[in-house]
Amino acid sequence: MTENEKAARQKKIAHVIMWIVLLVLFICFIAPFFLVVINVFKTKADTTSNPLALIGAHGFTMKNFPDAMKKMNFWTVFGNSAIITVSSTILTIAVSSMAAFVIVRNQRWKFCTFIFSLMIASMVIPFQVLMVPLVSVYGGTLGVLNHRLTLILMHVGFSVSMAMFMFHGAIRTNIPLELEEAATIDGCSRWQTYWKIVFPLLKPTVATVAIINAMAYWNDYLLPSLVLTKKELYTIPIATQAFYGTYSTDIGLVMAALLLAMLPILILYVFLQRYIVQGVTAGAVKG
Amino acid sequence: MKQNTLSYKVKQYLMFAGPGTILFFCVVIIPFIYGVYLTFTSWDGVSATKPWVGLTNYAAAFADKDYWAALGRTAIYSVFAVVLINVLSFFLAYLVTSGVKGQNFFRSGFFVPNLIGGIVLGYVWKFVFNRAFVALGSAISGGTAPSILSTPSGAMLALIIVSVWQYAGYMMLIYVAGFMSVSEDVKEASSIDGCTASQTMWNVTVPLMRASFVQCLFLSITRCFVVYDVNLSLTKGEPFGSSVMAAMHVYNQAFTYKNYGLGQAEALILFLVCAIVGVTQVMIGKRGEVEA
Repeated sequence: MTENEKAARQKKIAHVIMWIVLLVLFICFIAPFFLVVINVFKTKADTTSNPLALIGAHGFTMKNFPDAMKKMNFWTVFGNSAIITVSSTILTIAVSSMAAFVIVRNQRWKFCTFIFSLMIASMVIPFQVLMVPLVSVYGGTLGVLNHRLTLILMHVGFSVSMAMFMFHGAIRTNIPLELEEAATIDGCSRWQTYWKIVFPLLKPTVATVAIINAMAYWNDYLLPSLVLTKKELYTIPIATQAFYGTYSTDIGLVMAALLLAMLPILILYVFLQRYIVQGVTAGAVKG
Repeated sequence: MKQNTLSYKVKQYLMFAGPGTILFFCVVIIPFIYGVYLTFTSWDGVSATKPWVGLTNYAAAFADKDYWAALGRTAIYSVFAVVLINVLSFFLAYLVTSGVKGQNFFRSGFFVPNLIGGIVLGYVWKFVFNRAFVALGSAISGGTAPSILSTPSGAMLALIIVSVWQYAGYMMLIYVAGFMSVSEDVKEASSIDGCTASQTMWNVTVPLMRASFVQCLFLSITRCFVVYDVNLSLTKGEPFGSSVMAAMHVYNQAFTYKNYGLGQAEALILFLVCAIVGVTQVMIGKRGEVEA
């Protein structure tokens, strides 16, 4: 055997070993989900006596799914989560990209640099520091809790600094000033220039910001639980928490609820995984 | 030119950045300042008056043994979780960039836990620890195995396991980006100079992706320090309050025991600790950054 062949063979063996290690780790990562899925289709007795079996001794049941759906009020809750996530995301993109635009184009104006620095600095503030005053001001003094709009606007307020920072980078490096000047000469107002010329060029950043924020909004628990305390306004995480508190002994039912809570985003991931992985990477590396 | 007058600039600013600035101030800046004010009052959350009490809340926060126990616990949890998250995610990133078959599939697979919120993940794992592991343990030992969630150290271990599982895939993506940013030329040059594969790895690749380490450490530290969702759903602070993390303690202090001023003072201390640790880490990390 020549040196080259030997090296190639060693490499091949190394790859096989790495592949096996990956597979084992992957199974460990997925196992909890798998356990949830198999227990959805078991009767209550089987989930307690034998949670590990693929199919319970009492056979297969489809009852847990519709039961959990009804008790969790799934479609209402899903609708709330969807409305809140979609509107918060759209508003965040519009509001923060516009802010970034004006801040980039007025870099020598002290006021803009001040706002910019203030937003960057604020990113280190954890939510725990703001939750008491938020509840105190918006719950006590103004009494605007228990409205979806309040939560949506709060979401936007919290994300605007990070999103603005990302759009700031994109506009500064990717949008030449000459392009805007040309649009102005052609008779565009600033508003038209922004929406017709600049914004369409920001698509990659829009995708990144949308993915990161939509995931955060969809999964957010603490803020919605403080803002939305009425049952008919619950989002998926709050409803899951409430559901667990009531039915924690009925494992099959709980598993069905957990699966319901996970399914929408998992289905979305199957179709959009390339974009989600790219978006999250871009967001993390820039942020 | 009308474009240089102050009123034009202000108009432009309000038109484009007005909504963002207003929301940002309403949700972040004003509550932050108001929160600092609240720490000097003994507000109970209901009454209209907020009696001024000076530094009493800070004194109470420093004397609150439960709070410092929670903070200490959070520090221990964070150290273990951060180290394990980064070791595992670096290892995963190495494996999924090595050119093995199906690496993109694995990449997306390891990321799955990140898609799902902490509340749901916590309940999934609660089931795994309380039922699946117990069933497995009982089958092996023949008797009834206790759940690891029923002992204080077990509950901590469980929290660490879940956090590592939750964040490893996310940090992996950052390390993958780091690995990809190191160009093949540099690695080739080092191997021509006689480096073995592992020497290239530790002396060339790793120093060049220092930024990824700084990034991942910062993200994992800041996230672990304020862990709440998983804490609430997985252990709820039990057994006997032995797994109450700092964020949960703050929440309970303010919303359960209605000591808003004290809770806010404790939140502010948590923020300072978190900010100091995070910023120090970034400063140390940036100092030795290597440019390729």
